[in-house]
Amino acid sequence: MKKIMALALAALMLFAMFGCVSKGGEDINKKSEGVMTYAQYTAAAIDEKVVIEAYIQAKQGWWENKATIYLADGDGAYFSYDTPCSEEDYNNIFTTGTKVRIEGTKAEWSGEIEIVDGVMTAVEGAGKYIAKATDVTAILGNNDELIKKMNQLVAFKGMTVEASKDADGNDAAFLYKDNGSGSEGDDLYFKVSKDGNTYTFTVESYLCGKDTDVYKAVQALKIGDKIDLEGFAYWYNGLNPHITSVTASK
Amino acid sequence: MRGAKGTAFVNALAVLLTAVMLAAVFSACHGKRANGEFRVPGHTYGDGGTVSIDPDYELDGEYEITFWAKNDTNVAQTKIYKNAIADFEKLYPNIKVNLKLYTDYGMIYRDVITNIPTGTTPDLCISYPDHIATYLTGRNVVAPLDELFTDPYYGLGGSKLKFDAPSFDELVPQFISECKVNGRYYALPFMRSTEALYVNKTFVEKLGYTLPETVTWDFVWEVSEKAMEKDAEGNFAVSGKRVMIPFIYKSTDNMMIQMLRQLNAGYSDDNGGIFLFNDTTRKLLLDIVPHAKTKSFSTFKISSYPGNYFNAGECIFAIDSTAGATWIGSHSPLKEISDDRLVEFETVVLPVPQFDTGAPRMISQGPSMCIFNKNDPERVLATWLFAQFLLTDNVQIAYSGTEGYVPVTLKAQNTERYKTYLSRAGEDNAEFYHVKIDAAKLLLANQQNTFVTPVFNGSASLRNAAGQLIEEVVKSVNRSETVDNAYIDALYPRIISLYRLDQIENTDPAETGAGGKLPGESVALIAVLCVLWAGLGFYKIRETVLERKKRKREGA
Repeated sequence: MKKIMALALAALMLFAMFGCVSKGGEDINKKSEGVMTYAQYTAAAIDEKVVIEAYIQAKQGWWENKATIYLADGDGAYFSYDTPCSEEDYNNIFTTGTKVRIEGTKAEWSGEIEIVDGVMTAVEGAGKYIAKATDVTAILGNNDELIKKMNQLVAFKGMTVEASKDADGNDAAFLYKDNGSGSEGDDLYFKVSKDGNTYTFTVESYLCGKDTDVYKAVQALKIGDKIDLEGFAYWYNGLNPHITSVTASK
Repeated sequence: MRGAKGTAFVNALAVLLTAVMLAAVFSACHGKRANGEFRVPGHTYGDGGTVSIDPDYELDGEYEITFWAKNDTNVAQTKIYKNAIADFEKLYPNIKVNLKLYTDYGMIYRDVITNIPTGTTPDLCISYPDHIATYLTGRNVVAPLDELFTDPYYGLGGSKLKFDAPSFDELVPQFISECKVNGRYYALPFMRSTEALYVNKTFVEKLGYTLPETVTWDFVWEVSEKAMEKDAEGNFAVSGKRVMIPFIYKSTDNMMIQMLRQLNAGYSDDNGGIFLFNDTTRKLLLDIVPHAKTKSFSTFKISSYPGNYFNAGECIFAIDSTAGATWIGSHSPLKEISDDRLVEFETVVLPVPQFDTGAPRMISQGPSMCIFNKNDPERVLATWLFAQFLLTDNVQIAYSGTEGYVPVTLKAQNTERYKTYLSRAGEDNAEFYHVKIDAAKLLLANQQNTFVTPVFNGSASLRNAAGQLIEEVVKSVNRSETVDNAYIDALYPRIISLYRLDQIENTDPAETGAGGKLPGESVALIAVLCVLWAGLGFYKIRETVLERKKRKREGA
């Protein structure tokens, strides 16, 4: 029995270690001196200076030398808003998976916790890391639990597409803008339900524009479709996930 | 022989280089062939600036134009645009209008400037005058409207129009004057709004104050500080809630601009002179500090939409555009927060706070229409017709009713239909939502008290800088930094550098040529061309001297 336990523990350790390494083989939770752990970052107060190191998970956009980026390490996720960055660096250096260091200020905007006024630099010699989506279907509706997943890549399984009312009051599977006032290229809003509760999800057009698979997949949705989704757990007066993937439920 | 060959070579090289360099210069002036200066179809231009207008000219070709419009995330506005297009196309089946909708002026601006180099601007777009000033730095990018205004056939209220358009005199003088840049009209007003102070009157009275008709800044600061008092449980006494930001300003650029204007302090002038960084600004910033410290004041950029806090009973004074009135109040038809967060209270709409309530000053804002020049002037004329159609009573009254906008024509403002609409405020919480109509009435009553800031290439950046000064101060206070005179001393140059305000130059065409200054690339290429010509000249002279020396020697 002891041998089995020892083997199981060793396997678990290996698994845990494997789960915490980047493509380059290093520990994805490893921080340089003076850099906060995710727990320290979470504990920091709003308006406090923060220093983090994490891997770029997705880039929401670049405009006027500022980038808005989703990041993660092995323990949690971050959202860096309007971080100064040249277009060249945005395209060539700060690519998805790259480990970066951001020194900035912790802020809150409509419930979303973010880093603002940051300075971003790439961590030289680091490997690449993209987190796998965490299934949060079971905690949908439980904001106390969901808020702990803020900005992480999360998954929702077996959701049903519900009707939204378009600009003319007709049922629609999705809307351009939250009330149907937009047109192709704008954010997509659609409703999905699970166990009798309905939620509003968004395809953020800066993150996933009209030429992306997810944008087209949502445009093709029909009321009643059963779907699985992945997206970043963005917060706007409550959970407002920015969906990056939609597939038919298996 | 060698000399003759050399001369021919030099000449050929000169011609070739000239052609190449001029081509480069022109291509640097924006990638595609630049448009010619816009000439109104049917107009013949004679010597000495004389113009004869052909009374038989007809716009009868087929045209397809693109209209980039802005709505306030308001479905009703989208419908009005679509209906206007359908009605226009019925009158003019030869003109097709393609609509692209935006919900943000900044995005239209961004897309327009991206499309100027490739010659793919829309035909018509909704824009701020500040943005149009930037478009004007490209040669012949924007169509001047002066001659179109006065064309007796297709101009404002012209005889060949198939609809009842306003004449020039029927445009609100204040609003059309805002569309003049460098002495010429480059825009038409579409709608006008101002900023309003939305007040939770219930809470103000609960705090022991009586609302005057126009409030002072001191009144707002005082009530806001009072609202920060907490009860024994640590909740805000006035609301019983855990969250309270008594005063939230949506557009801090407007906040600074209006404060300065109310105090007759410097901001900018028509020639691009910048006076923002003065001692009055300094005092205003330092006056905000104590209220940022108590967290009784915040901004949209720092905290989010004032309307959301206001509707939740977590804000008492929300300053936002009158064009956002349908999002404000317990019973607002448009809202973003869930019903369980809404709080019941009375909302009143007042002018923005003033330093001198006897001489109120408030900003005039709202969408204008910009017509882009195209190689085909008839296409521009077709666009002009559609732009005029958007000034007809039906469109003006319908669109102004979607928010706290006012029509930009006296013709529409004086119709019985519009007056009846205003008189029915409060009959329901939709078409006659009282906050929306009160906001429109606020502007109608204060049209003479509105102002605009000078428009020039860079005025949009200056506007951003004005707001950023406040944002920086509030952020720094929130971060427990010391904000004092030394802080402001360091802030001014930082903001000037950030917004490149030290690089703003005069764009008056009278001084810089009709299209403004040449782009930097063109200037550089012309400089290279001059150097090459100088080199060629030197080579030619050297060859001639050598040839003469040789002949002289041979002759000797």
